[in-house]
Amino acid sequence: MAKILGGITTSHIPAVGNAIQNELYDDPYWKPFFDGYPKVHAWIAEHKPDYCINIYNDHGLGFFLDQMPTFAIGAAHEYRNEDEGWGLPSLDPFPGAPELSWHIIESMVADEFDITSCQELAVDHGFVVPMQLFWPGAPHHPDMPRTVPISANTVQHPIPTLKRALAFGRALRKALLSFPEDAKIVVLGTGGLSHQLDGQRAGFINKEFDQYCLDNIVHNPDELTKISRLELVEKAGAQGTEFLMWMMMRGALGDDVTEITRNYHIPISNTAAGTLLLECAA
Amino acid sequence: MDQPGFDVHIDIPGTTIFDGKQAMKGYALNKMCYEFNKAENREAFKADPEAWMEKYGLNEQQKQAIRDSDILAMIEAGGNIYYLAKLAGIFKLSVQDVGGMQTGRTTEEFKKFLKSQA
Repeated sequence: MAKILGGITTSHIPAVGNAIQNELYDDPYWKPFFDGYPKVHAWIAEHKPDYCINIYNDHGLGFFLDQMPTFAIGAAHEYRNEDEGWGLPSLDPFPGAPELSWHIIESMVADEFDITSCQELAVDHGFVVPMQLFWPGAPHHPDMPRTVPISANTVQHPIPTLKRALAFGRALRKALLSFPEDAKIVVLGTGGLSHQLDGQRAGFINKEFDQYCLDNIVHNPDELTKISRLELVEKAGAQGTEFLMWMMMRGALGDDVTEITRNYHIPISNTAAGTLLLECAA
Repeated sequence: MDQPGFDVHIDIPGTTIFDGKQAMKGYALNKMCYEFNKAENREAFKADPEAWMEKYGLNEQQKQAIRDSDILAMIEAGGNIYYLAKLAGIFKLSVQDVGGMQTGRTTEEFKKFLKSQA
């Protein structure tokens, strides 16, 4: 049976892709951000996951408002990275794991989670930037795992509740642990932390609230389900709702986790950038 | 459109919740911006913005907001920032430029404001 090694979260700011391309790792602006990743690289090198579940939110590449799934699961052989409108170079396709995708879809729907399956799905910076951060050179890193993308809607309200996001993660855990293959799986939760791009409140960041979320998500994620969606907008900023992805990831890890590393830095672009690596009990 | 029972809105100053009401209002504008994912559509817009806006059926409020490069007015007209970001890309605007434009700051002042929250 499959095993869940742990979960890794990170912000997925588009500017990071550009910084990687230009190798700005030691640039004074970027260094405090990139310093958050060597421990993640060491952990990945030690454990070498076979599969990666990449929980992210699409930003208007894979989905438009004509058909907006609340929870979508990729079931493709590969995932193409495409132009998001800024003319940046696209990465080569990422290898999928459709047999694992369909196992998850079957298990989640049996568990009464109504999801949208996607046999084609273009992936944007929300998916790609974390892959580049965790597996430098992605998708051509020698240990690149095959992947299943899961996207949750944070583009348009109503968005899922934090409670639903955590429950989704718990159902995902059940699905992964019942996958009949001796495989090692890592779960990513990407996006956040506090930021707001739009309106007169653009530029809003909330360090105190981010710290509260970081502290509680490790051992007390149920406490965070008391936060309403509108409170999340108010306290984390309009795009800080991406914290839902962290909750989904956290649900997949089970109760017993060990924090291996965390990093928090303000600002990267308009965002409070956070990274967290949690290892599951053996 | 009233939605009694689902009107969960709390007033968050300077923040527009992009919900069903905004989504209905802004559909044409957001669709045009979504299709800027494709380079040929960006080129077509640049060549003749008025014709391109007409093709997507933007209303006068939306057209004027774009003519004025007024981001807040685009949001007011139903624009969603994730799609508007693609329009901003045509004009080579960074998210700090866009942040400054919405908050009455220069880009440098906006960057300082971000840093001040560390």
